[in-house]
Amino acid sequence: MNLLIDSFISAISLVISMDKEMINIVTVSLKVSGYSTLFASLLGIPIGFLVAFESFPGKRFMITCLNTLLAVPTVVIGLFVYAFISRRGVLGFFDLLYTQKAIVIGQTLLILPVVAAFTIAAISRIDQRYRKTAMTLGANRLQTAFVIFREARYGVVAAVIAAYGRVISEVGISMMLGGNIRSFTRTMTTAMALEYDKGTFTLAVALGMVLLGLSFGMNLLFHLFQGRVRS
Amino acid sequence: MKQMSMRIILVILAFCFFCSNGLAADKIIKMSTTTSTQASGLLDVLLPELEKDTGIRVKVIAKGTGAAIRDGMDGNVDVIFVHAKAREEKFVHEGFGTKRYAVMHNDFVILGPAKDSAGINGLTNAAEALKKIAGAKAAFVSRGDDSGTHTKEQALWEYTGLPLEKKMQTILKKGKKKEISFIHPPGLGQWYLSIGQGMGKALTFADEKQAYIMADRGTYIKYKFGRDVPIDLVVLCEGDPALANPYGVIPINPKKHPHVKYDLSKTFAQWLVSKRGQTVIANYRLLGKQLFYTDALAR
Repeated sequence: MNLLIDSFISAISLVISMDKEMINIVTVSLKVSGYSTLFASLLGIPIGFLVAFESFPGKRFMITCLNTLLAVPTVVIGLFVYAFISRRGVLGFFDLLYTQKAIVIGQTLLILPVVAAFTIAAISRIDQRYRKTAMTLGANRLQTAFVIFREARYGVVAAVIAAYGRVISEVGISMMLGGNIRSFTRTMTTAMALEYDKGTFTLAVALGMVLLGLSFGMNLLFHLFQGRVRS
Repeated sequence: MKQMSMRIILVILAFCFFCSNGLAADKIIKMSTTTSTQASGLLDVLLPELEKDTGIRVKVIAKGTGAAIRDGMDGNVDVIFVHAKAREEKFVHEGFGTKRYAVMHNDFVILGPAKDSAGINGLTNAAEALKKIAGAKAAFVSRGDDSGTHTKEQALWEYTGLPLEKKMQTILKKGKKKEISFIHPPGLGQWYLSIGQGMGKALTFADEKQAYIMADRGTYIKYKFGRDVPIDLVVLCEGDPALANPYGVIPINPKKHPHVKYDLSKTFAQWLVSKRGQTVIANYRLLGKQLFYTDALAR
């Protein structure tokens, strides 16, 4: 019990004093997960939209595949990307391994299916009558797509939130591809794993608190955004 | 019906009691140790011999030295087997352990890429080698996990006489403030890569980045000669007395933690420094190379 109280008190003082190292770790985390969410959204939303909007052979199979990929463990993605960008791998000469770019690549791959699958779900839920109405009112395909997308934006934002939550909290990819280099690729989750290994829990608890705080803040932000969209 | 269920519960309770009794009667102790003793394969040879002689079985929890010592302080284990002499002596001095038994030593080596851009090949002075690496700003991988190896590396940086950056982290322990220091040359995150991971991981990391690294010889041999895809790094600096790496075993003090099995852990420690235990250690070969040199019989 003592341990918990001690860690908690030190953690609060760490957060209040805005410890330089802690700020650095938080910044790295936000940066990489921000980029990967951005890239995954830029790719995943159009993919999801196309799959949901168009009908083509193998559509159901593709959706099943995407849903399966939702559950891919981070270490599998980590290994996969590692094999490519390792010095002995195909893309070895780019010297990408153990950089922030490597984490972004891995995390983007991780959440691409999340964004796509959730977008598909959001678009498919939209009543078919919207589509028909838009078309009878003389909208072309692009305009129809726009109408449907606008109706589904609530679900699409939810897709982005879910994706962001997955990357900010994952540890496997950050550790395997980022390498946990202090003040370069050390993220909140890898730092916590390390502090646990070292047996000093202060920074770990402090970072855990910051992580929770950030997630809460982010969700609040999205919530406000969604609320505005709805009204 | 009620009586029936009462009986069943009693039987279950009695069963649990006998089971736990049986467990307690077994001679099992828990030991926190460094990753190097386990990764080198020494424990796989040592512990079966121990069981043959004394009947004691050891549950091994392999961590960094820092975490192992922490386990000892918290009374999570019965004995620790680590390599950071100064910290071990402090541990005993503060009353957490009863006595430090000097068991054995091996040594550290400084590895690097064969092309050796910092030009340290053949140096026998470790501090000199590190100074050259820092001068060339050649990539250097540090464990950075508060382990025995990391402790050693920080001490070596201090020997170089270079201006170092020091970060103190204050943590509260039982209401008292305690400082943890982290010493490193300037260039953190640029050429000095502190990755906070185990020895094996750090080695593959350094190999991947073609960086310099300080490693214990055991893990190096394993990764160089015992793998399908050996690492490319080569030994560039060795033989400095400052690179010696002594291991000690410390039973946890029953006065601090009454629940520890002191009798067993003491027997274990004494067996390790006995002629029998020392012979097993001296005869241990990893891929044909002697890894550990005994410390208890020499004196």
